[in-house]
Amino acid sequence: MGASSVVDDRHPSLLKESGQREVFCGLTSIVWLHRRMPDAFFLVVGSRTCAHLIQSAAGVMIFAEPRFGTAILGERDLAGLADANEELDRLVTDLLVRRPEIRTLFLVGSCPSEVIKLDLAKAAERLNTQLAGRVKVLNYSGSGIETTFTQGEDKALLAMVPLMPSSDVDQLLIVGTLADAVEDRLVQLFGRLGIPVVTSLPPRRSTELPPIGPGTRVLLAQPFLSDTARALVNRGARLLAAPYPFGVEGSRAWMAAGAEAFGVAPAQVAAVLDPLVERGRRAIAPHRELLAGKRLFLLPDSQLELSLARFLQRECGMELVEVGTPYLDRQLLDAELALLPEGTRISEGQDVERQLERVRAARPDLVVCGLGLANPLEAEGIATKWSIELVFSPIHGCDQAGDLAELFARSLRRRAALSFA
Amino acid sequence: MELTLWTYEGPPHVGAMRIATSMEGVHYVLHAPQGDTYADLLFTMIERRDKRPPVTYTTFQARDLGGDTAELVKRSISEAVARFQPEALLVGESCTAELIQDQPGALAGGMDLGGIPVVNLELPAYSKKENWGAAETLYQLVRGLLKAQLPSPGFAKPSPQRWRDEGRRPRVNLLGPSLLGFRCRDDVREITALLAEYGVEVAVVAPLGARPADLQRIPTADANVCLYPEVAGSVCSWLERSFGMATVRTVPIGIGATASFLRELHQLLGLELPAALQPGADGTCAAERRSRLPWYSRSVDSTYLTGKRVFIFGDATHAIAAARIASRELGFQVVGLGSYSREQARELRAAAAELGLEALISDDYLAVEAAMAAAAPELVLGTQMERHSAKRLGIPCAVISAPLHVQDVPARYSPQMGWEGANVIFDAWVHPLMMGLEEHLIGMFRHDFEFVDGHLSHLEGASAPTRPAEAEPARDQAAATPVATALPGHGELVWSPDGEAELAKIPFFVRGKVRKNTEAYARERGLEVIDSEALYEAKAHFSS
Repeated sequence: MGASSVVDDRHPSLLKESGQREVFCGLTSIVWLHRRMPDAFFLVVGSRTCAHLIQSAAGVMIFAEPRFGTAILGERDLAGLADANEELDRLVTDLLVRRPEIRTLFLVGSCPSEVIKLDLAKAAERLNTQLAGRVKVLNYSGSGIETTFTQGEDKALLAMVPLMPSSDVDQLLIVGTLADAVEDRLVQLFGRLGIPVVTSLPPRRSTELPPIGPGTRVLLAQPFLSDTARALVNRGARLLAAPYPFGVEGSRAWMAAGAEAFGVAPAQVAAVLDPLVERGRRAIAPHRELLAGKRLFLLPDSQLELSLARFLQRECGMELVEVGTPYLDRQLLDAELALLPEGTRISEGQDVERQLERVRAARPDLVVCGLGLANPLEAEGIATKWSIELVFSPIHGCDQAGDLAELFARSLRRRAALSFA
Repeated sequence: MELTLWTYEGPPHVGAMRIATSMEGVHYVLHAPQGDTYADLLFTMIERRDKRPPVTYTTFQARDLGGDTAELVKRSISEAVARFQPEALLVGESCTAELIQDQPGALAGGMDLGGIPVVNLELPAYSKKENWGAAETLYQLVRGLLKAQLPSPGFAKPSPQRWRDEGRRPRVNLLGPSLLGFRCRDDVREITALLAEYGVEVAVVAPLGARPADLQRIPTADANVCLYPEVAGSVCSWLERSFGMATVRTVPIGIGATASFLRELHQLLGLELPAALQPGADGTCAAERRSRLPWYSRSVDSTYLTGKRVFIFGDATHAIAAARIASRELGFQVVGLGSYSREQARELRAAAAELGLEALISDDYLAVEAAMAAAAPELVLGTQMERHSAKRLGIPCAVISAPLHVQDVPARYSPQMGWEGANVIFDAWVHPLMMGLEEHLIGMFRHDFEFVDGHLSHLEGASAPTRPAEAEPARDQAAATPVATALPGHGELVWSPDGEAELAKIPFFVRGKVRKNTEAYARERGLEVIDSEALYEAKAHFSS
């Protein structure tokens, strides 16, 4: 139904589309954020649809104590706003009585709460005063009308930035959720490079926020953190430009950017990182054999698409048919764009029916797409790799490059392995 | 405002999606914000469907709100009709669209859509829920499609026994089965086969697998079988009122209920009751032997089931059926009975009263959990949600009703209805109890070398306090002495604390394999100490 237009000097093939979008809303980010910060609770203020979404996404996990919930708006709440605020206060009080171990409460805005203009920022402020010292109450929007999937994490981290203590100390701040083991590994490697203070946002405990100030150099571990990055810069931090740490090339360049910002000698960087690169290449090699020459089509989902396409094209030898992204932040993806082959077709936004027509016409060897499309495409004989897994898997760093390649090779390997004749 | 940690039902438009997706030739244009397409996953993942649901979403964003969202709706409708060429169109809103009030149904009514039937769905998202949405959608769709066939007021009701005069077999419609319903796929097969045994044909199954043209054949049947009252209750009542069609209301889940169902059907259609369905002196009938449940339940192995305390919660239909099976056919003691289906509260209260209980009518998962804890049952029969509470309380649990997850849409034939359904039920309900018994023994004899904590299956960590991540016996030794394994010719292979720490971060289910691989790698390379580097070296080495 949408409109398409082509506008870009450097990437003449950038396709901007609007129409039906087959993507998650930002509320979905709660599914991994609540695991990263177990002392936080995510309270969505929304409708039964919001509650149903999160439960459908996280429902396979069986919880003894859920760390997220929904304040479902009723007809009474829609009638008058003052009433809704009182209701919210009552509900939060009840929740905190039941769950005294909660240290940070995120009030998460949704489409309904945004449309009726329920002021959750004000509500957070009010509750903060009431609960002073015991629980921090923060607010961000994960609504579908404003955010797509991983942008929910961007908004959540953005809400935490004002709470970070100020400090001039020299430090490297890694921003974006990483798997615990990957984070430990990266911190250890930066230590070997001679960078002593490495901190993370989000932290593992919501109360242990890293400091921020002019001595802080920021490396984004995820490409979807536009607003958070700008807020950190506004607090005096310096944003380091680098591709994202996917594959050995991206990871090396990413860590080298961190090292360079601390004046680490290139020889030292090479001594620490080159063996990892070499080892990573060995781990990728068997997967590259399978992936090389295969044609790849990525549908928009998480904003990881450009980085993954770069890794799969340069390190695994795949050919790119189309790289879709829900939103393209030129500044944050500058280094990635420079590494993509000239003329790569990049599409921003989506008109899902038209995009599927392009998929069918191109008959790619592998389509990276969401779970709403994966089985239907498989049934049409098109191999898929479901994209959400990439947000839940440890894929960052040189040591994970083989695992990352394997995620894509597995789909193809499985198709070859199955036979029912 | 209501705090919800888990919701038993989705919003009403998900019920409408269930009707559209269950059917063929129907398309649904849903005015909804970006992100609401998550509901597609319910069908492509949980139901494992091989095609996209027939739903076009407008997926409006914040920037569209400043513009003309009504125009967006109209564009979506005309494009969906042109692309998918449906035989009937549903038009409706999700909860957010309901707030901006674009009246998509009215907009569709004013468009030239080539004369296809258009059903405008009014589903109040802030007061109603999924099953209501499904029931309302089916009702509105059937009503819309049968408008032309409506008999004039004061018409003579057709006799359910007219098949005899017309010299054909009796035929009935099976109404209610839908996607995301509990085991509907196999229930339909079971009941169709059961009816065939008694010479009764199935005219229309709806909504599952039906086209709009099939719905128009509904009045050609002699009676309606209301298999799932939550979805088909209102349409059956309307067909009774408007077309005079009789309805079979007994839901055939369980031995007794299946026998009653067949007797009700025979009586209604004027069929002679076969000897196999005549109740004998002990109240049972010969046809029951088609199921193994009665004998399995009477056999001595089942004696220990007597008086087991069971807590039942689900949609009203499945909860009521389960209560009857549990109390009469398995010899359990029902200590709690409840449902989230407010629409069927009366029937549920009656069933609970028969068991000397007060029914729990609630959609608050915490209230259900509290009632469960208070009843202290030995078995919970519930929904996907009750699995959570049962895990927390360390009680064995089996799922009997939606909401369900992917494991309850199995590949194998697994009806709940009819004789085979009773077999499936016997296995499914008794299975967790066996596990429960095993678990007790483990609780009593904790030093057992084979049945250690980590060995447990579905209830892992529920009854026992959570132990540290590294629960393997090997790790317990490691705490006392460094793990050392013989290294032929080179002394011993030792894990450094740093290596151990790295290993502990590997998820427990693959940790053993990683340990083995790393040690094999270290031996091969003649390493004596395994540190984190060696672990990563080995990981890269074995990653192919």
